[in-house]
Amino acid sequence: MSTADTTDTTEYNHHTAHHFDNAEAEYQASKLGLWVFLMTEILMFGGLFVGYIIYHQKMPETFAAGAQFLDWKLGSLNTVILIFSSLTMALSIYYAQMGKKAMVLYNLYITFFCGLGFMGVKAIEYSHKIHDGLLPGSLFSHAVEAGTNLPIYFSFYFVMTGLHGSHVLVGMGLIAWLIVRAHKGHFGPKYFTPLECVGLFWHLVDLIWIYLFPLLYLVG
Amino acid sequence: MSSSHEHHQEHHIVPLKTLLGVFATLMVFTVITVVAARIDFGSLHTFVAMAIASIKAFFVLAYFMHLKYDDRTFLVSFLLSVFFLIVMYFFSALDIVTRIPLEGIL
Repeated sequence: MSTADTTDTTEYNHHTAHHFDNAEAEYQASKLGLWVFLMTEILMFGGLFVGYIIYHQKMPETFAAGAQFLDWKLGSLNTVILIFSSLTMALSIYYAQMGKKAMVLYNLYITFFCGLGFMGVKAIEYSHKIHDGLLPGSLFSHAVEAGTNLPIYFSFYFVMTGLHGSHVLVGMGLIAWLIVRAHKGHFGPKYFTPLECVGLFWHLVDLIWIYLFPLLYLVG
Repeated sequence: MSSSHEHHQEHHIVPLKTLLGVFATLMVFTVITVVAARIDFGSLHTFVAMAIASIKAFFVLAYFMHLKYDDRTFLVSFLLSVFFLIVMYFFSALDIVTRIPLEGIL
């Protein structure tokens, strides 16, 4: 049932799904659903973090040696890119609430290109590692470090950053979808649920990187 | 927080100043993390890095993800997952540290 606010004639009118009492109930239910999904995400990444921390405590020298192969400058750059993209994502919601549609679009575009930039830096890092044979498990073929426990470090490195990177790609796909909808003028002060939900997902991806960056690049 | 049910249509708008302030804070703490990694805290090294990351996480969760302003349900669901994460870590660590050491086995 639509409690339609039909006063703004030119505005896109989102119809609340019939099983919700009103738009607010729909908004809150969507968000709760997304938070339940985020809980499963936290536990999925959490398992990897627990594994990382335990192995790190068991073999600190190996992890310190592994971190030496990572470029903290590229890691810092990616941290800045991702935090900035979180800001622009939050700004897109702010401007939707203010009813400034052009600003919603600008901020979504910036967020998307930040995601692209992040993956670009990641690609540079990965290609160096692959070239040097710094690969997970039995694929490890770095001549100098052969016979050490380093393959374990790089297993963690590739699985954790790989899973995180795939989340960035999914997030970029969702933001592209938001851009298409924003072009159609779907978002405004009365309806911005998709912005809010994708935003929550994007911030979680940022949050995971906030922990991954010091663990992999700095602490090692 | 409990008032969110009373105003039906109005969603809290996080002020522009707050958003920019949170971004600036996150940048400052990013610099602090990088600098702190160069200081030798000995066995507390990982702990310091995680503590700084958690301060950053607080700002992202509270302001960007609106947990500070939202219905408490969302905060509870988040904390619940963190609690079970700690349980997972606790029992895994308990198992590892109480094992009888054998050569070459974790």
